[in-house]
Amino acid sequence: MMDTMKVSELTEKLDLKVYSGRKGLSRDITGGYVSDLLSDVMGNADAGEVWLTLQTHKNIMAIASLKDLAAILLVGGNKPDEDTARQSDLEEIPILGTSLPAFEVAGKVYDLLKNDAGIQG
Amino acid sequence: MAEVERILLEYNIEGGNFTRAGYASSQIKKVLKQMQVDLGVIKRTVVASYEAEVNVVAHAYSGTMYVAIDPEAVCIELVDEGPGIPDIEQAMQEGFSTASVSVREMGFGAGMGLPNIKKNTDHLEIDSQVEKGTRVAMTIFLDPARRNKEQQQ
Repeated sequence: MMDTMKVSELTEKLDLKVYSGRKGLSRDITGGYVSDLLSDVMGNADAGEVWLTLQTHKNIMAIASLKDLAAILLVGGNKPDEDTARQSDLEEIPILGTSLPAFEVAGKVYDLLKNDAGIQG
Repeated sequence: MAEVERILLEYNIEGGNFTRAGYASSQIKKVLKQMQVDLGVIKRTVVASYEAEVNVVAHAYSGTMYVAIDPEAVCIELVDEGPGIPDIEQAMQEGFSTASVSVREMGFGAGMGLPNIKKNTDHLEIDSQVEKGTRVAMTIFLDPARRNKEQQQ
């Protein structure tokens, strides 16, 4: 059993779209966080986590960068704003997407990280 | 004898301009990383400075962030021109916010900003004058052991 998973592996296994930040697909994922409140993510997410949200504006990139998150996963078919995607390319932090709602995709990500990759937390 | 280095930084913050929110904090993070400051200290500084920066963007007309980093601590002072805070004690409560609907729709204004700042700093001072502005001054010790020691007391 591995204890890390690359963003690229998560993307393949869950058939996610990659909107931007492709250069960051080799980042390691250490866990996940789900929230649409930016201060909640700022205060409680950890470095290396994949962040599931429906927010699409540029400030999500500021948070991802300041917190050293592995990637942002936009749920429910949301797409990043143009300047958000540009910033993601610059920061090399991928923005991924799925049409699934947050609850469903969170379950899948949790299952993959916990059971396939053996990541705790 | 080693020279005592003191780094001073200054950033203008534009009220209402969310596209630039976080810029000052990312610059501070870069400097602290270059100085090889303890990772936990950097993380706490970044959370506190980002929240304070966003508060100016969300509530004030304009502001300035003054940063001083010396071997002991990072001190961040934000001075803004804005509506001020009528009741600081109330503003410190988790969940209390006066942010506009549009700011809340972006995921800001959850009433977690000031509590996040409080949690992540070693000293915090807030002075405010209604219809004039607010001054927020925070200190984070560079030695993580010092925080733990003072918290136990």
